[in-house]
Parts: sequence; structure tokens; C-alpha cells
Amino acid sequence: MTVPIVITVNGERRSVDVAGSESLLHTLRNDLGLPGTKDACEQGECGSCTVIFDGAAVCSCLVMAADADGATVTTVEGIGEGAQLHPLQEVMLAEGAVQCGFCTPGFIVTGVHLLETNSHPTEPEIREALSGNICRCTGYGAILRAFTALTSEGA
Amino acid sequence: MTGRGAAGALRRPRATDKWQRAAGYGTVMDFLAARNLDETLAAKAQRPDAQLLAGGTDLMVEVNIAHRRPSRVISLRRVEELREMTSNRIGAGVTWARLEGSDHGALAQAARTIGSPQIRAVATIGGNVATASPAGDGLPWIAAANARIVVRSKERGERVIPWNEFFTGVKHTSLEPDEVVTGVAIPDDVPTAQEFAKVGTRNAMVISIVSCVVMRGDDGFRVALGSVAPTPIRVTRAEEMLNAEARITEEALKEFSRIVSEEVRPITDHRSTEGYRRHAAGVLARRLAERCLA
Amino acid sequence: MTTRTLPRVRGGIGTSVGRPDGEPKVTGNFAFASDLSSPGMLWGATLRSPHAHATLTELDIGPALAMVGVHAVLTQDDVVGSPMFGQVEQDQPVLCDGTARYWGEPVAVVAADDEETARRAAAAIVAVWEPLDPLDDPERAAEIGSTFREMRIRRGDETAEGSVVVEGFYETATQDQAPLGPEAGFAIPDGEGGLDLYITSQWVHVDHRQIIACLDLEPDQVRCHPAGIGGAFGSREDISLHIHVAMLALATGRSVKMVYDRSESFVGHVKRHPSRMWYRHEADEDGNLVKVTARLILDGGAYAHTSPAVIANAAFFSVGPYRCDNVVIDAVVVRTNNPPAGAMRGFGVVQACFASESQMDSLAEAIGLAPLELRRRNALAPGDPFATSGQVIQGSLPTVAVIDALESIPIPDPIPSDDPRLAPGGTGLTTPRSAVVRGVGYAVGLKNLAFSEGFDDFAEARVVMTPAGIEIHTAAIEVGQGLVTVCQQIARTVLGVDRVAVVWKDTSQIGSAGSTSASRQTQMTGGAVHDAAVGLRDQILSLHGGDELRDDGVYKQGELVATVNEICSDGPVECHVRFRHPKTYPPDADGQGEIHAGFVVAAHRAVVDVDPELGLVRVVRVDTAQDVGRALNPQAIVGQLEGGIMQGMGFAVMEELVIDGGVIRNPTFTDYLIPTFLDAPDVEVRIIEEGDHWGPFGAKGIAESPTISSTPAIVAAIRAATGRSLTRVPVLPTDIVGV
Repeated sequence: MTVPIVITVNGERRSVDVAGSESLLHTLRNDLGLPGTKDACEQGECGSCTVIFDGAAVCSCLVMAADADGATVTTVEGIGEGAQLHPLQEVMLAEGAVQCGFCTPGFIVTGVHLLETNSHPTEPEIREALSGNICRCTGYGAILRAFTALTSEGA
Repeated sequence: MTGRGAAGALRRPRATDKWQRAAGYGTVMDFLAARNLDETLAAKAQRPDAQLLAGGTDLMVEVNIAHRRPSRVISLRRVEELREMTSNRIGAGVTWARLEGSDHGALAQAARTIGSPQIRAVATIGGNVATASPAGDGLPWIAAANARIVVRSKERGERVIPWNEFFTGVKHTSLEPDEVVTGVAIPDDVPTAQEFAKVGTRNAMVISIVSCVVMRGDDGFRVALGSVAPTPIRVTRAEEMLNAEARITEEALKEFSRIVSEEVRPITDHRSTEGYRRHAAGVLARRLAERCLA
Repeated sequence: MTTRTLPRVRGGIGTSVGRPDGEPKVTGNFAFASDLSSPGMLWGATLRSPHAHATLTELDIGPALAMVGVHAVLTQDDVVGSPMFGQVEQDQPVLCDGTARYWGEPVAVVAADDEETARRAAAAIVAVWEPLDPLDDPERAAEIGSTFREMRIRRGDETAEGSVVVEGFYETATQDQAPLGPEAGFAIPDGEGGLDLYITSQWVHVDHRQIIACLDLEPDQVRCHPAGIGGAFGSREDISLHIHVAMLALATGRSVKMVYDRSESFVGHVKRHPSRMWYRHEADEDGNLVKVTARLILDGGAYAHTSPAVIANAAFFSVGPYRCDNVVIDAVVVRTNNPPAGAMRGFGVVQACFASESQMDSLAEAIGLAPLELRRRNALAPGDPFATSGQVIQGSLPTVAVIDALESIPIPDPIPSDDPRLAPGGTGLTTPRSAVVRGVGYAVGLKNLAFSEGFDDFAEARVVMTPAGIEIHTAAIEVGQGLVTVCQQIARTVLGVDRVAVVWKDTSQIGSAGSTSASRQTQMTGGAVHDAAVGLRDQILSLHGGDELRDDGVYKQGELVATVNEICSDGPVECHVRFRHPKTYPPDADGQGEIHAGFVVAAHRAVVDVDPELGLVRVVRVDTAQDVGRALNPQAIVGQLEGGIMQGMGFAVMEELVIDGGVIRNPTFTDYLIPTFLDAPDVEVRIIEEGDHWGPFGAKGIAESPTISSTPAIVAAIRAATGRSLTRVPVLPTDIVGV
């Protein structure tokens, strides 16, 4: 009595039955065992649930799971190579850009997507690209320093 | 999640082969991932009450926050025809992320202020039009451009509706239940001098308190505003005043600004006051007219 | 404080060592409370009052119980123990007792197979209401004596007069902590009538006390566990869903999970008190304060929560970090039908600081002094009597040093960029550079450290040597601020051992660490860890006749004399400490006495670009000099200061819960605006290290300071740019434009 969908999540084909009007965020967290994607507002106003969906960084709370059939999704759990952290994850740690950590998965995913589309963003570009991700703890300073450190290295 | 069996007791509507049944969120939901426009129109003809789903940035907020449970949903995400864009027509499925690169300067400026980058990646101009929120940031441009809304149904084919006949009230349009917004038709005479601005109390990701588009072409100035009336509006009295001036002086712009403030019909709500909206509408219109002259 | 030479160790105090929970947080593997689940668990949901004040005339849970998948529907009748809870006063019913006293008050709770069914079942409950007039005007509440606490402070000569007088009336709106992590609880029944509870909390022991009373269980039957928390800022100091989720688990015998959605979170936790404040400052011609007279009203909403302590803080810090011999303060926190208020970062001082620093600017202008010069002339220092309580300032208080350090930070070049992203209005493209005016403003803020007024404030910690390394056992709550790192650093430095891990313990395994609030955990739990580590080290060294501890064992004159395995041959060796700060006392009838255990001071300078015609502001930068006592982790300090400044900035120019007749009009992230990356000012930090008289290595708590004086500094800068008086925060476009 549910919609069966097949999605490729973090490189793995997953079949799952989703409920009517359930969001992809719920499916990832509750059905696919991927709670790394965070649920903080469910209205696309905080970016905590950002995933890469068919190549675009989107709020998974605003994707109807039934509509995700056939999509390719990368969540925070799929960032980095196995146990090897992504350079953005490394530099976020080094710069102290993680405090409570609730926004962190969203920043990592949005940031990785930014770096894939623009490897040397300017400071205003970094700010604008991440303006859909709310952080309530850090004041963004350390996050900005993390991105700046990464994008100015070996520029 | 467990216990989705509850929906078994609910009435089961007849479904075509392509419709899929999703249950468990308390209601049964029929879901169709339309593959093309014909399939969309056929489904909408069959189920006029079906909710269309494009970027999901309005519908899913209602689902998540207001706990709205649509019983039938047709997804437009796979309908290629709606993503076409020419100089005279923007398909309803074109995202705001794409429109950030539009040749129409003010439309590109407006696109950049809609939601967040994540929202713009999926939200469409067709969704902005069909939702018809007074605060729809794409709508003042449509009004200033004298654009028309292209809609289509299986029974009656295509209708092309002037924008001011399409938007009829707060979240109300003249779209018939079996119709689908397929695009926005852009006249040939849209001036290239066109500017957009939007006031919000935050520098990103904010619902507009006032938005404004001013265009300046051979026929003079066109001025449209959002969030100051139930629908996007043109301030024709202000336009006429400015267009009657032989030379646009500072005095004329001041008077123009005053008339804009007078002509808009804003309300006070939790985002701002009527008085501020009137004031800001006048300031924005004047500043944008100056930008068009520069 | 130990006098021995500190051993050289990696990751000790003074270094910016990284968080142990950092890697799980960047990979998505960190378990927040809302991530917990178990097979077969139920979901809880809450029915809430749709009225700010109403009588519940009928409550029919039948329709909800009849639904497939619903396992329990509970009301106030199902509360077997104390019907009321509350941290200070037990004045709030667990569920509606027949009268709803605020909008969104919990009425009934449901457990069902899934979240959706639980929510639908809650909605299916039939509640019939008879609406009553809400008492929503705090001044009216004060008039009729609907109060939680009144504070009276009289010091010096009430008839004293200054030759320069400035008066003002100030208001602050309701700010929400809006932590990104929602309220969440996961309750697992133990099959013997008790349960384990994993909850978002700032103080599990004070939760535990209230929970067992309402459930009528013995202390050891309920075990409250610290769970992963996505920020708190005061919102988790009071009970939200804790008792509800426990009741549902006990009623069903199943594990139950409850998570608030964002709109529910906005009604489900206490907020920063809105305030109204009348002030009169009197000074002599040279700017020396002669007398401060003030009357403050804070709206505590429907239930007490921590309001009695918040109003004391507002009153005692109503003069700021200045000397003044004559003080007349009347402060009251009232009971209304508005949303309950309680703790938020700054705890009453934020409101008073906005008003008193605005007054200091008015006074400086009246006298013709630079804003910082006036503050320097009156700066409070160790040995001075505190203006309100009269207590002599002990320990460090580098007020002049923070002012001087702030002034030494270079002022940026004027309006550097045409990039709209860095201008007022941002990508809304409202504001050409020609429409921008720049302003600079200053403020200095003072805050007490840890709990005051004679509260028996302590923190327990256990430091344990095991063959695998040192364990720190604590029930202190890590909300993201970095306590976990600081505890490791302190233990490493004291013990000379690298391998240190913090192991969180539940309420049955260790005593209270006290609240993660009041800027207290670095000093309190940090102090307990310090003393326990000293105790453990001395015990081990004396037992094995050594002079130095290292990762592999005890050394004497450079020779290993006992390995870790030998030290632990009879099991782990431990030292358990209950740490207390210097004793404080309740105020006398005039508000006098040794009320506070310590003080911290900070100064802020804001630079703003304003579009006065549209009333739009971009806060360009907020620089700060911060008294830290001793910097245990400089990077973590900067993170707390930047984050705190951002919340102060949000309160200055955008954050307001709009409340109308007791109803919150904007309980969503669409309309309760929090600063984004494009709003974030640059911050430069100067750290002032003057060790305090208590706490580990002289360190002070610093997490509230940045939220206290940043707000008035920003408003002062907007005043400087616009010439407007701006007496209410947040300053909205309408206030600047004046329409």
C-alpha cells in the first residue's frame, strides 16, 4: 500500500516503500538508516537536510519521496572516501567550525557541492552559496575560515 | 516507521495503471510521475483535483508544517517540455537557478533573491505563478513585462491569459481545475532597461516585504510591485505621471515616489506595517527608475 | 590552585585542540537525541491549547483511542505523582488541569505506531474550550500583583543628585533561542516499573528531580541520560516533553520517541523575557555616576520557570560594570498569559544591558565625552563595591583593560565594496552605495559567573585511571560549547597524560554537575575535573612513590616505577570530587550582600552600514575584547564569542517573536529570522587573560558575554548613523524610517 521507489544513495541502489507525501528527508532518516541528514525546520529555511539530488544541492525535506524514484542522492554519509575524510571535513575540524554540529552535515554537503561547481569561490561567493544554511552556534566565522583555508590552498 | 496498515480501511479510488498508491500518512495518496505533457494533461483531465508537484518548495512546506495531505499528486519533474526556454517563452518547469542567468536583467535579479540556493535549484517559475502568493518574487517582473500565462488542458487546449486576468487574489488565479500552467509568454517589446529590488529584514532567504520592478522602454516607464496588494500590481497612475514628464527631474521622481506610495494597497502583518510598505514601495520605485535612467 | 610546574603534554590547556566529537559530527555519525530509535518503538505527539487563556470544558480522548495504531492517550488525570512541575516553583501542571494559561500549553499526549498516526490521533481528541480574556499586558499584571518576584535594591543615598541627568524608556522584544536541534526524548521502560530517558537537557539532575516527583518513582527507577544536543542557549533548562514521553513509555510498556517539529519547538520551550525599562542616570560634570534609578518589568509568561532568578540578574546588573554609590532599583517579573519565559543566554542581563548602555551613551553625549571615555571613568575594578549589591569585587575584573583593548583594534576603511552582498539589503539590490551611512557604536557588559543568591551550586566529576587511559565521568551537558574538550585539556595538563576521554554518566551513576548555563561549566565541571585529577595524581604518585605521571605509568626521577597495568591491578583508580564555588548569600531587604560568586566583563564595538531611507542595516563588523580569566582553548573561545555576537546581532536587528493576545504569529523559520551567512559581521577578538580567584587555572566562563553587550553596541552604531533614538530592540526598518 505504499509507493515502491528505487534510489541510488551514496552509490548504492536502495529499494524502499514510501508513504504518501512523505519527504525524502523522512525516508533517509527513518527508512534507510541514514540519520546524518538533519531535520530542523522542514520548510527549506535552514539547510540542515541538504543532500545532493541528481547533481543539485537541495533540501531533502522539500522532496516528496515518491517523486525521488530513479534519483541519485548523496548524503553526508556518502561524503569522503571510505574512512578518509573529505578535505572540507578536515578543514572544518581544523578551524573549529563544528560546535553543536546540528547544521554541520548540511554545511558539508552544500559546501562539497559548491566546491565541485566552483573550486575557488571568493568570500562573497562562499557566503551567498551557503546563505541557505543556518548556523545558530558558530556565527559562521570559523566556517568561513575553513572554506577560505581550503580554497586558497594551492590556488 | 511501522504501522502503515491503517490505510487499508480507507476507501480506495479507481486508479489507472500508471497511478501509484501511497498510504500510511493517514491518507491514501495517488501519485503519478508524469513522463510528458500529454500524460500530465490526461491525468489532470481525469483527476482535476490532483495537486501538481514541481519543485515542491510550496507544497512540501504545507505537507510538513501544516500537515496537509493531498490525496492525488502529479509530479512534473520528468516533463521535459516544461523545461524549454526561448526568447518568447519560459517553460513552467524552468528553475530559478536557471533564471539567475536570464537575459532579462530584472528577472535574473529577482531569481537571485528567491529562497536559498537549495530552493532555487528546484523551485520553478511555474510554481511561483500557480501559487500566486502576493509575495511571489517573480511576479512583479511578469506584470512589468506584460507577460501572459500559458495554460493548457486536454479538453480545451492552450489558453494564453494576460497576467492581470490570471492573478485574481491572494493565492487565487483564473486557472481551471483541469488546466496546467505550461509557461510564461514574453512579448517582444520588453525593454532592456529593467531593474528589480526587494526589501526584507534579512540579507538572504527572506520573504519580501516589498518587491519592485521598473522597466524603461520606448513606451516609457513600467512599474510593478509585489507584497503590496493581493496580487502583483502595476501602479498605472504613477507610470502615467512619470511618462508625462518631458524631463525626469529630481522633483518629478519625488512626486512619482509619492504617488507610488499612495497607489499601493498594502496591509499590516507580522512581517511589516502598511505604512512602511507604502514608504518602501515609493523609495524602491524611485531608486529603480533612477537605475533605469543611469 | 596547584603551584607545581605544569607537565608538558599534548592537548593540554592553552592549546586549540580539536573536539573529540568533531569527526562524528562532520561525517553525520554523531547521535543527536532526535536520531535515536529502536525497533518497535512508538512515537509520541502532543495536543496543545489553541487559546492563550481558556477553560477546558470537555475533553474526549475516545476518538483518538479508537484509532488503529494508537496505544495510549494520556491526560492530567493520568499523572500519578505530583501533578505539578517546575524548576524553582512547582506551578505548572504536567498536562492541562482544566485551564489553559498560555497558547500551546500541552493538553494531552498520545503514543502510536508511527509519527503520523500519533499526530493525527492528537488532533482527533475532542477538546471543548471556553475562551477567557488573556492577561497579556505586563504593566497591567504588575498593577494587579500578578508577579513571580519583585526585587528592591537600595544602596547609598536615595536623595543624591547629579548635575547631569538623562532619562530613557527602553523595550526589548521576545527572543527565541532557536537551537537547530529540536526538543527530543527517547524513553525505554525497564520492565520493572522504571525507565531510561535520553533527553535534550541542560541539566539532567534537575530534570530527574521533577520527573520522579510527577511519576511518583524512586530516584533509582528513573535514569536520565545526557543525549546528543543541537544547541540550547537556555531553551533546555526547563522541562518540555520529558515527563510526557516517560508517562507514555510507562503506560505502554514500549519505548517511545518524541520530537518536536519547528513550530512546536517555538511554543514548547521558554523564551527570553520581553522587557520594559525606565532609567534615570545622574552624573557630575566630569561624568562620574552619582545615582542610577531604574524600574524594570519583565514578562515571565504563564509559569515561573527560572523567572525569579532572571529578574534578580536583571536587577543586579542594571547598572553595568560601573561604580555608582547611590542606586535605586525596582524590578518585577510578572505572570501573564504570554508564552512562558525563562533562560536564554545572558539571563536577564541582556535586557538591562541594552537599557543601561543606551543610557551611558546618552550621558556621554550630554557631558560631551567619548562613549568609551565615560565608561573608562566609571569602570568597576577589583576592590570596588558592586553598584547594586554593594559586595566588594573579588578576583579579576579587567574592565579598563577590555575597553583599552577594544580601542586598539583598528577601525576598518570606509565602505569598501560595491558588492551588493555586503551592503544593506543584500542581494535584494535595494541600496546603492550612495544611500549608505556608516555608524560606529560601543557597549560594555558585565555578567555574573555561576549561580548566585546563596544557591548551593556544585558540580561532581570523577577522574578514573584505567589501563586504556584516563576517563572523566560527568553528567554535565555538552550542548556544543566545547566543555568536552576543555575537560580533556584540564585533565591532560594536571595529570601529564595524553589519553583522556570524557564518559557521560546518567543520573544514577554520578551526582549533579549542575546546569550547563550561567557561563558556569568551564569553571564548575572544569573545576571538579581539575580537583579530581589533582587528587588522583597525588594518590597514585604517593602510593607508588613517584614524582611524575605519564601515559604508561608512574615515573620517579625519569624511571618508570609502576606501569598503568600495575597501578590498575586491583581495578581502575579514581578520585571523585564535588566542587563548589565561593559561597554566596541571599540578598537582604535592600538587595545588599555577597550575592555573586564572580564576574566577567566584555566590550563590543559595532560598525554598521545603514540605508536610512529604507531602514535597512548591514552589520559590517563587531569587534570585541573579552575577559576570559585564563584561555583554556583559544579557538573554542573565539567560536563562542563569534556565535554569541551573532545572537546578539540577531536580537539587535531582526529576531522577534511577534506575540499578539498571547498568540505567537511567527513560529517558523520563514518568519522568525535568524542571521544568515550573508548577514554575518566580521569579528575580531582580543582575549584578556587575568586569572580569576577560583576555577581551573583562573579560567572564567565566557559564553554569555558576547550576547550581552553586542546588541547595545550595534544599536548605538545605528543611532550614530541615523540620529534616531531607537529605544527598542530589535530595531526594525520601520523604527529607522520612522513610519
